[in-house]
Amino acid sequence: MIVEVGHFALVLAILVAIFQMVVPAWGAHVGDERLMRVAEPAALCQFGLLAISAIALANAFITSDFSVANVVANSHSTKPLLYRISGVWGNHEGSMILWVLILALFGAAVAAFGRNLPATLKANVLSVQASIAVAFCLFILLTSNPFLRIDPAPADGNGLNPILQDPALAFHPPFLYTGYVGFSIAFSFAIAALIERRLDAAWARWVRPWTLAAWMCLTIGIAMGSWWAYYELGWGGWWFWDPVENASLMPWLAGTALLHCAVVMEKREALKVWTVLLAILAFSLSLMGTFLVRSGVLTSVHAFAVDPTRGIFILAIMTLFTGGGLALFALRARNLRQGGIFAPISREGALVLNNILLTTACATVLIGTLYPLVLEALTGAKISVGPPYFNMTFGPLMLPLLIALPFGPLLPWKRGDILGAAQRLMFAAVLAVVVLVLACSTFHRGPILAPFGLALGVFVMLGAMIELATRVRFGEVPWRESLRRLKGQPRSAFGTTLAHFGVGLMVVGIVATSAYREEKILVMKAGETTQLAGYALTFRGAAPRTGPNYREEVGVFDVMRDGNAITVLEPSKRIYDAPPQPTSESGIHAAWRGDVYVVLGDKQKHGGFTVRIFFNPLVRFIWIGALIMFLGGAVSLSDRRLRVGAPRRTGRAIAPAPAE
Amino acid sequence: MVTQWHRLATALIIAMLVCSSAFAVEPDEILSDLALEARARSISADLRCLVCQNQSIDDSNAPLARDLRLLVRDRLKAGDSDEDVRAYIVSRYGEFVLLRPPFNIRTVLLWLAPLLVLLAAITIAIQVFVRRPPRSGRTGVPALTGEEEEKLRALLAEADKSSKKI
Repeated sequence: MIVEVGHFALVLAILVAIFQMVVPAWGAHVGDERLMRVAEPAALCQFGLLAISAIALANAFITSDFSVANVVANSHSTKPLLYRISGVWGNHEGSMILWVLILALFGAAVAAFGRNLPATLKANVLSVQASIAVAFCLFILLTSNPFLRIDPAPADGNGLNPILQDPALAFHPPFLYTGYVGFSIAFSFAIAALIERRLDAAWARWVRPWTLAAWMCLTIGIAMGSWWAYYELGWGGWWFWDPVENASLMPWLAGTALLHCAVVMEKREALKVWTVLLAILAFSLSLMGTFLVRSGVLTSVHAFAVDPTRGIFILAIMTLFTGGGLALFALRARNLRQGGIFAPISREGALVLNNILLTTACATVLIGTLYPLVLEALTGAKISVGPPYFNMTFGPLMLPLLIALPFGPLLPWKRGDILGAAQRLMFAAVLAVVVLVLACSTFHRGPILAPFGLALGVFVMLGAMIELATRVRFGEVPWRESLRRLKGQPRSAFGTTLAHFGVGLMVVGIVATSAYREEKILVMKAGETTQLAGYALTFRGAAPRTGPNYREEVGVFDVMRDGNAITVLEPSKRIYDAPPQPTSESGIHAAWRGDVYVVLGDKQKHGGFTVRIFFNPLVRFIWIGALIMFLGGAVSLSDRRLRVGAPRRTGRAIAPAPAE
Repeated sequence: MVTQWHRLATALIIAMLVCSSAFAVEPDEILSDLALEARARSISADLRCLVCQNQSIDDSNAPLARDLRLLVRDRLKAGDSDEDVRAYIVSRYGEFVLLRPPFNIRTVLLWLAPLLVLLAAITIAIQVFVRRPPRSGRTGVPALTGEEEEKLRALLAEADKSSKKI
């Protein structure tokens, strides 16, 4: 019964969305205020109905209702509660329900909090948002309905893929989808502005908080996925340039560019056309990500949904919105008036450079991901584009971006003085050189460029702090005055500093772990000890153990350093009950200096086990860096001036422009 | 459709079973010559496991990947250069095994794409933000005279000063 309610709510949601798509837009066209105003209750209602739908599906999973085909295919009665819940979005149909639910949530949020939006803009935004909802709800209903019953109902389900039964992966999709789908708001705003032919600094101000929220969620979602891959897939890597990872990286790169570009538009009314284009592209790339993952067009470990009819449906949706958006852009963009003029060396100029490099990087990832598909379709030739290609092309593009990053926020608007900025960064540069020299003298192995990479990361981190210090005129005025100025800084200034600091930290982590990772593969018998990176690991033996829905063989390792016992690691080889699939759980000792990472392998004929041990130096910095970037976004979002609905403060001198 | 889905899902699960990567390089494969082993590792990191999805033979524990790893090591022991080993593997399994696609007529666009996109982006940026005075005649807007330039510079300096004050 509850399942039917959910099914019915989904159908109703489509009808409401169609209404929300047509009526407010018509009202905005003819200038009828009453028609425009129906958008708000419609958006809230649409969200309510989809929430009912999602709750009904979640209920079927939690109570293990095996009369529902989707529950049978993806759940099992012995599964722990957390994974019965995460199982709702751990499959294709359920994940699409989550997708439209988040879409409707963003629409409802605009309806509820966008009080200061002009009536026509709001009506058009919600109308465009509803059109996306119509397309995806139809997709669910016609090709991926999660509410279908099965008769007779089997006694138990098939279970969730064990490698997906993991806490980080339970929350990875909701964050990732909030990121993906959040860009729909930027898209809707862009289309609405093009329809209205009105685009000003206020528009950028309205778009930014939504884009920032989406970007934050995407950042943390990608980081969670990477962290999961690191400890679950068992070969100690954290990024594989897998097509599905690329699918999430592309909207992130475009979204990052959009975020920076919107600052220029808000402050200086420049780069309008470009901001609108990026808003359209960021969401289009999100749609492409959905298409790549959902259609199974790319063979990759993530492609657990494999069905061509669905792929074609999503491809049609993607073509409609991307093509339609770009066509409208091509028609209207020429009429947009360009704003403020600026010199190449200026804050605007730096942000243009940021955009050039980020979009080129994004295009590179796109081309690398799709090239083999296109080539095969056109010529039949099969080639592989793997990590070496991306490392060779993406890396060199990030290099100038990172070097320029600390300079950007130090340059004033309109025209700047590169030498002045360089002088302020002198301290960071000197310390970076110290790091370079230290790294060169400490590590006698690894790539020659690695010490430079470490120095660059440190330069970015210090550069971010120097920017804040410059703002409060630290060292120039008495420290009390600096403190007073620090308190007076807008939160978005702290957000910028934090986010940029996080980037630097991440660079240090990436370079250190890629260049100086240590690895040992050997056969160990009980009682044997081996050394790696200053740690001594003693294998005490292996024993079987039974978990809630799996059996495993656990190896016990004592980890010592300088004669002190540090920890006991218990890597294991697991076999899940349903479906019966082996996984490997690595044993990880996490520390600031790096992770000791142990994987237990097969039992050998002549006794002992194969053991693979890694030392991944500073690898935590990668995810801590991402977390700091997320926090930077959150701090910036809490800025009064960005908050949706907060009126512009007047009667007071505006604080120095935040840099973002 | 359902059966097709099931077949694909089964294939996928089999691929996962075969390719669970926890154990790739086995201890008995490792060469005693450390330099040779390091070369073998770096070569095999760039070779694709043919039965897996997006994994190198260095990361995969599929039997075929093991065969390829052993083959790479045998060739190295026989005195082949890295390039010889790669060429040998390609001659047997095709270009598909190379995770770093070679530069040839088919991949020329792939390799040049980042550079082309970058150049295009820079060109657009220059047009957008340098905004040289438009050539008079075509648009009908005359270029600024020296005197006007001077005036403009003074105005801008003024504006800069006042914006700094705030």
